[in-house]
Amino acid sequence: MATTFHDALSRLRKTRVWKSIFRRGPALTNRTRSLAVFGNLFLHFLPVKVREKSLRVRATYYLGSISFLLFVILSITGVLLMFYYHPAVPQAYRDMKDLRFVVSNGVFLRNLHRLAAQLMVLAVFMHLFHVFYRGGYKPPHEFNWVVGVILLLVTLFLSYTGYLLPWDQLAFWAITVGTNIISAMPVLGKYVRFQLLGGNLVGENALLRFYVLHCVVLPLAAVLFIAVHFWRVQKDGGLTAKGEDGRKED
Amino acid sequence: MADSDKQGANGGAPDAQGDVNRRDFLNEITFAALGMAAMGSAVVTYRYLSPNVLFEPPTKFRAGSPDLYPINTVTYLPEQQVYIVRTPDGFYAVSAVCTHLGCITQWKPEADQIACPCHGSKFKPDGVKIEGPAPAPLPHFLITLTLDGELQVDKLETVKINQAFKV
Repeated sequence: MATTFHDALSRLRKTRVWKSIFRRGPALTNRTRSLAVFGNLFLHFLPVKVREKSLRVRATYYLGSISFLLFVILSITGVLLMFYYHPAVPQAYRDMKDLRFVVSNGVFLRNLHRLAAQLMVLAVFMHLFHVFYRGGYKPPHEFNWVVGVILLLVTLFLSYTGYLLPWDQLAFWAITVGTNIISAMPVLGKYVRFQLLGGNLVGENALLRFYVLHCVVLPLAAVLFIAVHFWRVQKDGGLTAKGEDGRKED
Repeated sequence: MADSDKQGANGGAPDAQGDVNRRDFLNEITFAALGMAAMGSAVVTYRYLSPNVLFEPPTKFRAGSPDLYPINTVTYLPEQQVYIVRTPDGFYAVSAVCTHLGCITQWKPEADQIACPCHGSKFKPDGVKIEGPAPAPLPHFLITLTLDGELQVDKLETVKINQAFKV
């Protein structure tokens, strides 16, 4: 079985299609392994090599990876939820109810999206606390710390805009209260509130605006800043360039 | 011919008299034009995002005949989010929107109070603040009488808190 599988794999590797996709041979040496990372769009902004020490749980508690994994889960479940959701009054509330009680596995996807969203806020906060207490904001990581803070804000805005979409009483009053807090901002407050709601009260325009922000604008911003964040981790010397005792390793 | 050669040679280098050579001048004028276009785009996009027509409840509404409201009662009009309060002095139209963060307050006849369910602000029936995080009393709106004798409330016009409307 094993030999047949390996034979099939080695035959596959000799085909023209395989060679056109993976230009290098099998990653048998450090050089070819590095080239495999460099030559891959999805891997090239990740570190080529990682210290064994920084893969220990204590080094990062995997909090950044957990945040990213939750973002991936939220993207997939979010797109699936969009197939049944109309951002309109009062259809939005009915669609949310349909997702819970009528659509096959709808309640699973909705709850997965909801819980992953709440966990993501928690994970991102814990990630930032961890980085902060380990001094991960110090040179040469200042820029990536700022990118991380931007990603925290994007996460919070995603959470807040998603809050309105079920269009129930909780959503309505949470957004009423939240946007009134925004309007307390000096000078610009009431204009920001008007633009965000597309009116003077939480209504159809507000629902549509929050939907567009939640499903298009903020996820695109998140993907962009996540890419910069990962790429910068690599440029700044890989995961946890400092040793566990806090001293620089190299 | 010799003239144009001379100009060409001068094009890339700073001029003897002036500070700006041709390349810098063209760069600056190009970026200035692009900058103005970008600012213009930002302005028209902002205008685009500000709706001109809003499908929101009208701010001026009729509250029916004064006889509908007995003396010493508080009546909540849910469509308009306004309390019509009638005292022996006359009528008040009190906003039901909490001055703290915009929740809708509730009239509690057993306590003779208007209470906010969100953060616990409490008001007297005439909107005066009793307690809670609300920074201000509930505003009073202007009441007028229409020609056919109905009360009309204008939510864009506020009046003093002790200014009752007498019929």
